[in-house]
Amino acid sequence: MDAILEYFSSLNPASFLGALPGNIAQGILWGLMALGVFITFKLLNFADLTVDGSFATGGAVTAILLFNGVNIYVAVLAALAAGIISGLITGFLHTLLGIPDILSGILTQIALYSINLNIMGKSNLPISYRNYTLVVSSSNIMMAIIIGLAIAAVIIAAMYWYFGTEQGATIRSTGSNPAMSKAQGININASKVVALALSNGLVALSGSLFAQYQGFSDINMGRGAIVIGLAAVIIGQVLGEVIFRKRINFVIRLIFVVAGGVLYYIAMGIVLWLKMPTDDTKLFTAVIVAIFLAVPYLQNKSKTSFKKVAKQNAKNAN
Amino acid sequence: MLEIKNIFKTFNKGTVNEKRALNGVNLTLNDGDFCTVIGGNGAGKSTMLNAIAGVWPVDSGAILIDGQDISALPEHKRAPYLGRVFQDPMTGTVADMEIIENLAIAARRGKKRGLSWGVKKGEKEKYRSLLAEFDLGLENRMSTKVGLLSGGQRQAITLLMATIQKPKLLLLDEHTAALDPKTAAKVLELSDKIIEENNLTALMVTHNMNDAISHGNRLIMMNDGKVILDISGEEKKKLTVDQLLQKFEQASGSKIDNDRMLLSKD
Repeated sequence: MDAILEYFSSLNPASFLGALPGNIAQGILWGLMALGVFITFKLLNFADLTVDGSFATGGAVTAILLFNGVNIYVAVLAALAAGIISGLITGFLHTLLGIPDILSGILTQIALYSINLNIMGKSNLPISYRNYTLVVSSSNIMMAIIIGLAIAAVIIAAMYWYFGTEQGATIRSTGSNPAMSKAQGININASKVVALALSNGLVALSGSLFAQYQGFSDINMGRGAIVIGLAAVIIGQVLGEVIFRKRINFVIRLIFVVAGGVLYYIAMGIVLWLKMPTDDTKLFTAVIVAIFLAVPYLQNKSKTSFKKVAKQNAKNAN
Repeated sequence: MLEIKNIFKTFNKGTVNEKRALNGVNLTLNDGDFCTVIGGNGAGKSTMLNAIAGVWPVDSGAILIDGQDISALPEHKRAPYLGRVFQDPMTGTVADMEIIENLAIAARRGKKRGLSWGVKKGEKEKYRSLLAEFDLGLENRMSTKVGLLSGGQRQAITLLMATIQKPKLLLLDEHTAALDPKTAAKVLELSDKIIEENNLTALMVTHNMNDAISHGNRLIMMNDGKVILDISGEEKKKLTVDQLLQKFEQASGSKIDNDRMLLSKD
């Protein structure tokens, strides 16, 4: 009993609040990555695991270019381009060589691990705000939040526009009904490759910004990225549907993906604040994602289930 | 219009599941022909339609539309020539998209899809009047997701999507088989209307011999991957189900077995 009291009295609300802005900033940067996951997972119906590799590629390309004196904006654009190429490779493995979606993503991801090592020359490269001009940095968290939100707004606007165009509609129809899409003259292989390229471009952009924020690029920074991305997408979806119900539309869904990223990082902040061992953070991530994946299913079940029918009928029989 | 020259297709070649599905199909349709296709299970009716649509390449033979050989084109490149309605009402439409978005995708079949807006302003009124002709009340639900509609409504929309860009050939693959009798009759009536009004050339697969006789100007029967009967003109108009069964026996050289044929008389 004493131990429990001691544990709770040792928790300092101020330290949680102090860490909150940092959690929000990281959540927004990861939210950009989740927008990429949204394209493949939700629109294209393609479980793309390339992202674990392409996220780190974004960081690696940015770090090595900065190290070699390249302008920061060029470095960020190069990261975006590297991500697009990663997506193209997964797309070609899948469409030209007929490798199933998950496997083609895994193959690119594992290949990128070596490529990322080759890009950086070692497993970790520092990019300190003291030495370089950076877009975002943890040295100025408020600024990082503002810039992160601005970039998110631009990307959400661009996605809203693109997926409303004739070409964007082919990606949505390919994901939802490939047979119909072919019958309507849509080259579904092209749609898939374009969607994968755009998605991984966004993921690498997010990786570039995240590396700048944390002040270094690390070969392992993308490990488990897909799970965090999915967490953001799913947390955002569940909350968006709870809050907006039938009025939910495409823009709101995208905004909630970024919000999902933020909420995920706040949840992780709470976990750390509760002094859970940091070794277990991946375990908590898995638990959080499992809970949010299960919620819509259980909600639906609570409305209608065989047990409920049995109860109802038993009641009526009396 | 459509010329099918001696096409063959064998599935799972060299395995225990080997199945010769098309065994030298020859067929020529004239402009404006509305041809019904009957035959037992496994006769090759749907396979022939899939061969025309390019779902997979044929083993040998040629398929020509208006004199142009399309047999080497992949499915999406043949789509501009073809309108298709499938047996499964779920296949022809995108459930997650609105009615108007589905129609807009179909209206761009065979056109370049660029970066302009997916549904343009003027289109809504055009689609509204087209849907109003169906008399299903869909013209007031254009922003409804197609997934919320019934099978019959989805099939009606697929029919409109198949013909919104006038196709050279309309392929109807048992498109009423999954519907209840009343809805099936309605969708068939719509099909007749659209084919007549637009003077379309069409192939309609059906299991119902009465439907096959009462619709269209021509009837073909398939058996074992071949066309074994081809009836048109006055002869088709006077045709009865019993005559048709008799003709089948003569043409195939085997006694009709209604269970195996799975053709329904009513």
